[in-house]
Formats: sequence, C-alpha cells, structure tokens
Amino acid sequence: MKELSLDKTSNSAATITRDVPCPFCGILCDDLVIQNQGETLKILENGCPKAISAFETKLVATSPKINGTTASLDDAISAMSDILKNSRTPLISGLGTDAGGMRQVMHLADKTGGIVDHMHGDALTRNSLVLQDLGWITTSMTEIRNRADLIIFAGTDATKYPRFFERTIWNKKSMFKLKNEERQIVYIGNKLETKSGINPNGKRPSVLSCKTEQIGEVISSLHALVTGATLDVSKVAGIETKTLQSLADKMKAAKYGVIVWSPSELDFPHAELTIQNFCEIVKYLTRFTRFAGFSLSGNDGSTTANNVCAWQSGYPLRVNFNKGYPDYDAQRYSTRNALKNKEVDSLLWISSFSSNVNPPRASIPTIVLAKPDTKLNFKPDVFIPVSTPGVEHTGQLFRTDSVVSLPLKKLRESSCASVHSVLKQLIERI
Amino acid sequence: MYTKLTNGIVYDPVHGINGEHRDIYIHDGHITRKPLGNAKICKTYDLKGKIIMAGAIDIHTHIGGGKVNIARMMLPEDHATDLVEKTELTRSGCGYAAPSTLTAGYRYAEMGYTACFEPAMLPSNARQTHMEMADTPMVDKGAYAMLGSDDFFLRMLASKKDQAAISDYVGWTINATQAMGIKVVNPGGISAFKFNQRKLDLDELNQYYGVSPRDIIKSLARAVTELGIPHPLHVHGCNLGVPGNLDTTLETIRAVDGMRMHLTHIQFHSYGTEGDKKFSSGAAEIAEAVNKNPNISIDVGQVLFGQTVTASGDSMLQYAGHWHAHPKKWVVMDIECDAGCGVVPFKYRDKNFVNALQWAIGLELFLLVDDPWRIFLTTDHPNGAPFTSYPHLIRLLMDRSFRNDMLASINKEAAAASTLASIDREYSLYDIAIMTRAAPAKSLGLKNRGHLGSGAVADITIYSNNKDKEKMFSKPDYVFKDGELIVRNGKIIKVVNGATHTLRPEYDNGIEKSLKRYFEDFQTVSLGNFKIDDDEIVEHGNGRIIVQPCM
Repeated sequence: MKELSLDKTSNSAATITRDVPCPFCGILCDDLVIQNQGETLKILENGCPKAISAFETKLVATSPKINGTTASLDDAISAMSDILKNSRTPLISGLGTDAGGMRQVMHLADKTGGIVDHMHGDALTRNSLVLQDLGWITTSMTEIRNRADLIIFAGTDATKYPRFFERTIWNKKSMFKLKNEERQIVYIGNKLETKSGINPNGKRPSVLSCKTEQIGEVISSLHALVTGATLDVSKVAGIETKTLQSLADKMKAAKYGVIVWSPSELDFPHAELTIQNFCEIVKYLTRFTRFAGFSLSGNDGSTTANNVCAWQSGYPLRVNFNKGYPDYDAQRYSTRNALKNKEVDSLLWISSFSSNVNPPRASIPTIVLAKPDTKLNFKPDVFIPVSTPGVEHTGQLFRTDSVVSLPLKKLRESSCASVHSVLKQLIERI
Repeated sequence: MYTKLTNGIVYDPVHGINGEHRDIYIHDGHITRKPLGNAKICKTYDLKGKIIMAGAIDIHTHIGGGKVNIARMMLPEDHATDLVEKTELTRSGCGYAAPSTLTAGYRYAEMGYTACFEPAMLPSNARQTHMEMADTPMVDKGAYAMLGSDDFFLRMLASKKDQAAISDYVGWTINATQAMGIKVVNPGGISAFKFNQRKLDLDELNQYYGVSPRDIIKSLARAVTELGIPHPLHVHGCNLGVPGNLDTTLETIRAVDGMRMHLTHIQFHSYGTEGDKKFSSGAAEIAEAVNKNPNISIDVGQVLFGQTVTASGDSMLQYAGHWHAHPKKWVVMDIECDAGCGVVPFKYRDKNFVNALQWAIGLELFLLVDDPWRIFLTTDHPNGAPFTSYPHLIRLLMDRSFRNDMLASINKEAAAASTLASIDREYSLYDIAIMTRAAPAKSLGLKNRGHLGSGAVADITIYSNNKDKEKMFSKPDYVFKDGELIVRNGKIIKVVNGATHTLRPEYDNGIEKSLKRYFEDFQTVSLGNFKIDDDEIVEHGNGRIIVQPCM
C-alpha cells in the first residue's frame, strides 16, 4: 500500500476544535481538543492512548481496488453491485460504522435479502439474550458519576475504556455531594488491573480473585447471602465465604450500587448466564435499596448498530432478510455460523473505526469497506477505503449505555467516501 | 395543476361543516378555494357517498426513542407472529405492540393518520428519538421533551430560583431538543425513585430536593404558559395505576388554578377504592371535573384486551408494576440524572376484574366528558393497546349495541361495577373528526392541519361509509399527504417521509452560562453536544423541519 502524507502545507494555519467526541471506544468521551494542521490531527487535551493513536494516524491515500487493481470509486461500486446482485444471501458484517452508515446497511440488507451481524456480535448477543429472557435494571454514565457509592467490576477492569474511571468515578464534584472517599470499588475476576480503582486519596479497592468462568458462581453465592441464606462452604471459587459475606453486607448497605460488566470480556460458552446472575442480584437488591447494572461495550459502533437494527427491523442484531421479512436468530445468523454453515454466498465487511481488524476468510466473493490504512491479509474482490465517522465526516454514535448518542464532528478532509455515501450509491444501482 | 375531490361528504369541525357535500381543491400540497374558470384540473376524484376528513393526528403515541427500542429488542415473541414482508415500495419490518419504525409509519398512514406525536422524549435521549422519528415514514412527527425529574430543574426549584429563570430553562430545552411541547411524568417521582422512594403523592416531598409534585407541575405549567407554547403542559400525573389515584388527579386539576393543562392517559389515573376488591371506577368524578374546568384537556389511554407492552418514563411505577409482567421479564433504567424508563410487557384479560374494569373506565370517560374538543382518542400506544386498535375503539364509541355486546363478554363483576351499560351516548362522525383531527391540531397549535379549509396542508383521509365503523376506519379509500396520494384502498401506493414539527420559543440565552458550568461539573456530555442541530434531523434526506409558531 502506497502511503502518502497529505500534509499540504506545514505552515498552514491550524484549526482547533473543542468538545470533540471520540468514536474509538464505547464511552464516547466528548471533551477532546484537537488541532488540525494541514490535515494532520493532534490531540491537545484529553486524549487517552487509544484516542491519540486513532486520531493522530496520518491520512493515507489509497484508491478503491477491484481484485487488487486500482479502480475508480464508481467502478468499485459497480463491481460491488454485480457481486450483490448475483448473491442469494449476502452477509453484511463488521458494521463498524455510525448511525447513518447503519441506516444504509439495513436498507441494503432488506433489499438484497442479506444477513446482518457486527464484529462484536458475540458480545451484543450475550446481553440481548439476558434482556430477552428476564430483563434487567440498568443505569447510565451520568447516574454512576453522581450517585454510585458501590461499584463492582465483574470480570472487567475497564482498561479497554481508558478514561472510564476519570469520566465517571473519580470526580471533583457530584450533584449529590457524594465524595470520592465515600465510593467503594470492588473487582471480581481474574488478573484484573485494579490500579484505576484506587481512590485519589489512596484507598485501595477490594479485589476478589477468581477465574472469569467462576464469576457467575461467586455472584450466585452473593445472591444467596443477600437474601439472608448462609453458605455451607468455607470458600466459593477460591474466595473465603466471610469475604463474600462482607461484600454482601456492603451491597445491602449501598445507597446506589452498580455492577459493571463487559460482555466482550466474558468470553466463554453461555456467559449470558453469568450476566443474568448480575442482573438478577441487582433486581433482588432493588427490592430494598437501589442497584443497577452497567454494560461496558460499544466499541466499533456496536451499540449503534444494534439500536439502528432494532428500530428498523424490530430485532437486535443477527437478522436475516432472505425471506423478505426480518428473521432473527442470534445463533444461526452469527458471522461464524452463517459462514460455517454456508448460509451466505457473499460477504460485505465494514470497518470504518479500526484498521487492525481483518474480515473472516471465506471462499466467497468478498467486499471490504475499511479504513485506508487497513492491512488486509488477503486480496478481496472489491476494496473501498472509507472515511472515519467523527474524524472525516459528521454522524451520530451511541454510547455504551445505549441511551445517550452524540453528534460526531468532521475534523479534516478525506478523499475517501463515507460508508453511508458508498452504500447509498450502491443501493441505487441494485 | 389542481386536484379536485368532488361529491364527497365533508366533516370539518374547524369550519363547522358536519357532513355536507363540498368540493375540495388541492394545489401545491395545500387545500385551496375553487380555482378560477381557466385553471386546469388535472385529476378529479369522484367521491360519491364517501366521507372526507382531514388526516388524523395522534397526540400521544410512543413511536420512538429509547424505551420503545428496548421493548423491540426485548420482545422477539411480539414480532414473530407479526412479520411484514417488503414490497416493491415498502421496507420489511415486524411487530404488533412494538413495531419497527418503518412498519409503524406505514400502518399509521394505512389507517388514515398523517401526524403522530411521541410524548416522552427524554432530553438526554432526544437524538435517538429524532433518529427513530426520521425513520418513521409517511407521517409528520413531533415530540414533547420530558422534564420534572431532571436534576437541573429540581435544583432550580429547590433553591427557589425565580420563575423567569425556570421558564428560560424550559425554553432552552425545547430548542435544544427540537421539541413540540413539555411533558412531565410522575413529577419528581422518577428522581425520587433513584433516592429509593417508592411512591410520591402530589404533596409528598422528593427527599433530596424537598419539592413536591405540586410545586413541579405548577412551575412547569407556568413556564409553558409564559413561553407561549401552544400545547399545554402534558401531565402524566402521580400514582399511575394506583387504586385511589382519582383523588390525586382531582387535586392535580385544582393545583394548576385555572392554568391550561393536558392530563394524559387519564384512564390510568381514574381509579377509586370502593367495592370488595378495593378497585373501582372514578370516571364519573373525573369527567365531572373535566367538564367543569375548561382549562383541562385529556386523552384517555384506553385499554383494549390482549397482549401488549407498557413503555413509560415512569420508572418508579413501572418498577412497582413489574410483578404483573407478562411474559415475566422487564426493564427499568435510570438515565443521566435526567429521567428514567420502565418497560413491562402486559396482557390485558377481559375476564380479569381489574383489566375489565380498566376497559370500562376508559369508555366511561370517553362517554361522560361532554366536550370532544378537550378529549383525544388514544390508547397510550402501546401501553393500553397498540395504535392499530383505534378503529375498534372508534366502533366502541360510535356503536352502543356493539359496546354492550362487548360489555356482556367481560368479567361479570367488572361489568356490574361499571355504569357503562346505562350510558346511551354514541359518538357521531363529527365528534370523531373533532377528537382525532380538529382538536389535537388545535391543542398542538398546528394551524394549517386538522381541517379542510383553504390554506390547510392537504393531509386528507377519505373513507367509505360503513355501518361497521371498525371496518370503515381500518381501511380508508384514499389518504393524501401534503397533497400527494399515498394510500389507496388501505394500502400504500407512495412512500413519503413526513416532516418533524418543532417550536422555537424565545428565552433569555443567559441561562446557557449556568448550564455550561453545570454540564462541565456534573454531566458526561458537553453542553454543545447535548443540543440537536437542524442539520442532524435533515442530513440523511429523510427529515424536514417545520417550525410552528408560539402563541
């Protein structure tokens, strides 16, 4: 891939944009200050390592390619349309895009009779199954920031969301005068990085170590304890029963407790049952005090994709439109199973936030809409470089709590089209 | 380029036209006077014997936003038996109680509706609400911003900020969220629930702020009046669904002291505690109060039997009601120190005493409130029933013998406890035209909608008269939207997008200084990103903003 710096003039005036929402993880911090000088971006304030590496990546000039050969955008879209017109059931996956891109994805899937899934579909599905089985009580970031006096991290340390603690837990001020030293942090899980949980005053968090697969068992035991039952064992998953009892007492005494999980980090078979354990103990505690669950996810626009899919089709992700109506099956229509079971005969992969994800390899015609600096480990039938929402075009993205969405800003020009625009042109040709 | 509708029978209550033969001319999306002799009539529809009304307007229907989308995601079983195939014109979708946005838009149009208003747009969720409304085709949309449990307002009220500052905040919120009105839900109660209060009556204090629902309602009603917002404060009162809430509702009417107020889904707030089961109808008392207080308007929130899902901003009472979930799953969410929501699926059963009496109470209210200009036809979709049951509800109102047949089939004790059998009133087509067109348009300040006079937007619905009013209202012969024919014989023939109605009340923007500091101190988004620009609504080409004037 030929890389060109598009730094037009190094002495051109810099423009500075404030309150920039960052689309590169699910918590969408929106206080970044970013300078654009000659189309090169520099974060001046509030960048985390993840944001810096994503925003400050130099623009790369690439062209669309058909079978590895440079082509015009118009020809590439025609080639895409030929593949999809000849496809019985396309798989449209990855779905790393904003709400505008996702609206077009849904239209395209409906029109071509395709299957839609997200690159983080497994994580989304773990939550969806809980929602559809017994439901839950959840909360959002501003509530945690101002209200939560006990925060239990179950199977996650939130390090994939670098500013989560800064933005929602350790605050200078809170609406209800909740002081940092009044907040208790607890971790349950395996080899978690617990440094962020240290109170600015030095108070260390409680850490209950167990295997990730055993967190459900620990939570079930806590559930028994908060109901007043006693446990007939001295340890659960290697944790002393009296440690659990002490946590159970804290949970009952909390005014507003929160259990935080990250569905992508609970990556073992039937992890949805563990998430359900979180949700059921939250429900039980809410009989007496206030408690809520909070799911940390939403990277690569996954919360956005799930929401747009739900309002346009009626179902959360993993929907097949092949019969002319939406058919939802969270197992059968996963990217993995759809490919393995040969339910699909073409693949359209979209990733406009991350350049380090490769689509699954499949011996079917493959179209890739990805960031120009994506290093693909194979030559797709069609490759179209796309611009990044929130960097090179405006848009909307949902935050991990699935209730707040933010307007994304355009910070620099790109020669690449947006996913929305490519798909819109494609739909017109099918 | 004129279109002429001739020989039809017109019901246009705004102009006092009650079933008269009138010709209607459409030009450039609007209804016009009869054109001069040489004007070219391109198309004439001979509507002999057919009924012409303005397009219907739903003043309270949960069609978009977070809680509706939670309901969709939670209930695949709601959709599995109600799948909608794509056609040459329309997209696929699904859902009975919680339909997909596109399906909801198509169904509304196919029922003769041309505008729908989402009543519970949380400011912190407004962007999603607008995205969903933009993806609801065929009809015009608008939303009421929900205030009253948001921390900024409550702390202003608690610190006794003057009313002008509160009105500025309300005005700012309408502008920032692109709203058409203000709604309050369980005033202060959604906040109180987060502090672990489980009930909040009209004069009980929110423990943290020390303010009562009465204070909140009065302050917001005054703000709405001072800002000149056409639609009165839209109130989902305290104690929804609680036996005995009749007294709270009556006291709420007294609390506003003559200020205009809209009491929504009042059926759920009209319960007494008489009888063996300590649950009785308060419809007569409520109707009497509504009749006596011309400042009050209501919509009913009629219950109809079957499976549905309740989706409400009232997290406190949705939590309390979760024990009755059917199927047994439910969601409650606390949102941004701003609001909350609760989603509880529910099945209303005709043989269940409480559900049957709820059904009867709604109908009693419809029939005992005298002035159809102040009572609107709603089921609080989907909370009392899906909006697709409106034609059935219209038949219940227009056809006494049908109503009595239904009454004979419900729980016997409930039927005996209701006065419904003794009420003879039948709604006329004119009454229906008022309560589903003229009155909602008037209440919302939509001056050129809800009627068929010259200058009106040509949103027009044409029905074949049928003794069976359910059949008649289920399937209009023609629906025109902005002058274009979009539905013929109850089926879509052209897909349009519809517009978003908003207001731009004037306020002192000095309030933004305190808001900016407040957002920096306490919120997890910045003030600038909280606000919704016009561009966001129109950018994908499926939205158009119509700014309605304030009073």
